Amino acid sequence: MTDTIAEHADPGLAKGVPLVEMEGVGKSYGAIRALEGVNLTVNAGEVACVLGDNGAGKSTLIKIISGLHGHTEGVLKVDGQERKFGSPRESLDAGIATVYQDLAVVGLMEVWRNFFLGSEIRKGKYPLAPLDIKAMREIADAELQKMGIVVKDINQPIGTLSGGQRQCVAIARAVYFGARVLILDEPTAALGVKQSGVVLKYTAAARDAGLGVVFITHNPHHAYLVGDHFIILKLGRRVLDKKRSEVTLEELTGEMAGGQELAELSHELKR
Amino acid sequence: MSSSVVAKPPTAPAAAPPGRAERSLISRVLGRPEVGALVAAIVIFGFFYAVAPPFRTLPALATVLYASSTIGIVAVGVALLMIGGEFDLSAGVAVTTAALSAAMLSYQLSLNIWVGVIVSLAIALAIGFVNGYLVVRTGIPSFLITLSTFFILQGVNLGVTKLITGTVATPNASRLDGFDAGRAIFASDIPLGFITVKVTVLWWLAFVAIGTWILLRSRTGNWVTASGGNAASARAVGVPVRKVKIGLFMGVAFLGWFLGMHLLFNFSTVQAGLGVGNEFIYIIASVVGGALLTGGYGSAVGSALGAFIFGMTNQGIVFAGWDPNWFRAFLGLMLLLAVMVNLYIKNYAAGRR
Ligand SMILES: Nc1ncnc2c1ncn2[C@@H]1O[C@H](COP(=O)(O)OP(=O)(O)OP(=O)(O)O)[C@@H](O)[C@H]1O
Ligand SMILES: [Mg+2]
Repeated sequence: MTDTIAEHADPGLAKGVPLVEMEGVGKSYGAIRALEGVNLTVNAGEVACVLGDNGAGKSTLIKIISGLHGHTEGVLKVDGQERKFGSPRESLDAGIATVYQDLAVVGLMEVWRNFFLGSEIRKGKYPLAPLDIKAMREIADAELQKMGIVVKDINQPIGTLSGGQRQCVAIARAVYFGARVLILDEPTAALGVKQSGVVLKYTAAARDAGLGVVFITHNPHHAYLVGDHFIILKLGRRVLDKKRSEVTLEELTGEMAGGQELAELSHELKR
Repeated sequence: MSSSVVAKPPTAPAAAPPGRAERSLISRVLGRPEVGALVAAIVIFGFFYAVAPPFRTLPALATVLYASSTIGIVAVGVALLMIGGEFDLSAGVAVTTAALSAAMLSYQLSLNIWVGVIVSLAIALAIGFVNGYLVVRTGIPSFLITLSTFFILQGVNLGVTKLITGTVATPNASRLDGFDAGRAIFASDIPLGFITVKVTVLWWLAFVAIGTWILLRSRTGNWVTASGGNAASARAVGVPVRKVKIGLFMGVAFLGWFLGMHLLFNFSTVQAGLGVGNEFIYIIASVVGGALLTGGYGSAVGSALGAFIFGMTNQGIVFAGWDPNWFRAFLGLMLLLAVMVNLYIKNYAAGRR
């Protein structure tokens, strides 16, 4: 079920080598300071989990790596070289694939066109080379079946799928095209138990194939199942940064919920 | 592959999972944007065939096709632009700008007319580029940007023509060098044996074929649909949305220039006030042909059917001996019907089954 990842993984990946490094990275949206002074290292063959409340800056953080926004402070290094991506294309070309929380698919386009959007297969390299529609249909169909997604017809507009199915297409696409780094922004939020399980297996498979994975979630249980490294953001700042060996699930859950705040909450809600 | 790879063997996908069935033929046919226009075209053809005897002749068909082609050539580009999520209200007057600049430049400087033809192409493409660049740079809706260009060009067309020639039309260009070659390419009559059509009809069909191929079979077409359907998502997966949109505006400009050259070589002289209002006819043809105002959906063949409906009605009313003033009312009615039919079809196609 996870052979796709191993097939497409960059063969030059060596476990433990830093793929993405952020040092003191910050981002302002005009007057809003969404992120400041964040350090994050994504190593090959490891899963870095980013946790935090709504509005903590998690999506902002990964949008910097995926080239959707430029950072306004600090340094971003990819494969040891300082980069500032001008567009998502540059990030994709560096082998970084992202599943966005809010930017998924183009509703009126067919499922297979969505799957290959931006990375179409063509029958040649010359400028007017036609699309290889047959190959794209077959691959998209096979990849979705591997994820356990049953679509009636690969040619139907993707808007006719359920929200979770659409999310699965986006994930299958990133898994298929991500050769070095895979970024998942709350991939399991809209998914059922079975599909969540599949996504977690994919995450583990990507790690095992040597990819660096950034996994964003609200769910510390999911995070602890696959994570090697945990970062908690709060109001754009890093409040926890620990290796798996340094933290237990209870600590993580407590810290996520704000520890003290959770105790107060349970006191308030006591019946 | 690194040594740490542990790939589990693939589990064979279930051969035919339950609930997986090809969509029915009817739902696939109704999923095409141009069905509504096709039905409408057949009905309107039948209608004029019944009520207007002169409409039944082949020369009448040639006239209808010619009228359709003068709209359809630009409408292909406008349809693609609308699928890409943008409008161009300057398309009507830009046609005139191209024809005027080619005619006046060659005539005033006594040059071979092909110099004017080439320079006017550069001018047209520059106008398209500016439209597109302003839209993607400022984020202002293309409706407003091209509305501005529309007024600017309309004023410049009249102002500059009057300044140079003292009238609102260009002098007759038919005695300039190279005119005959231009006429052969842009404005000749082509005998097809049973019927003689204007060459614009063949160009129109060629542009529709190219537009359809681009839209359905090329990567660029994929990017056009995605840019109009959901620009942010398209950009996030690496589609160069800005370049696509600028390219679409330049495509409209190119086709407008082409029609402008037809006007120049067909009539030898160009009226500076021409073209106003045609921008809406192009949009109507595209919308009747199934293009959504919101972008992301439509077809080049649909725009051709829309243009054909325009041509049939435009000429059919004359053949039937009615007051041509009714034409606009009919056009409005057509648009309203088309929009409603398309909405219904789109909901049907996009509905979950
Ligand atoms: N495009 C934008 N323009 C202005 N402000 C923004 C923009 N995107 C995010 N923000 C602000 O940045 C802050 C962090 O947002 P972000 O989306 O990164 O949070 P998040 O941690 O992903 O939250 P969630 O768990 O809800 O997804 C928020 O205060 C938000 O209002
Ligand atoms: Mg988020």
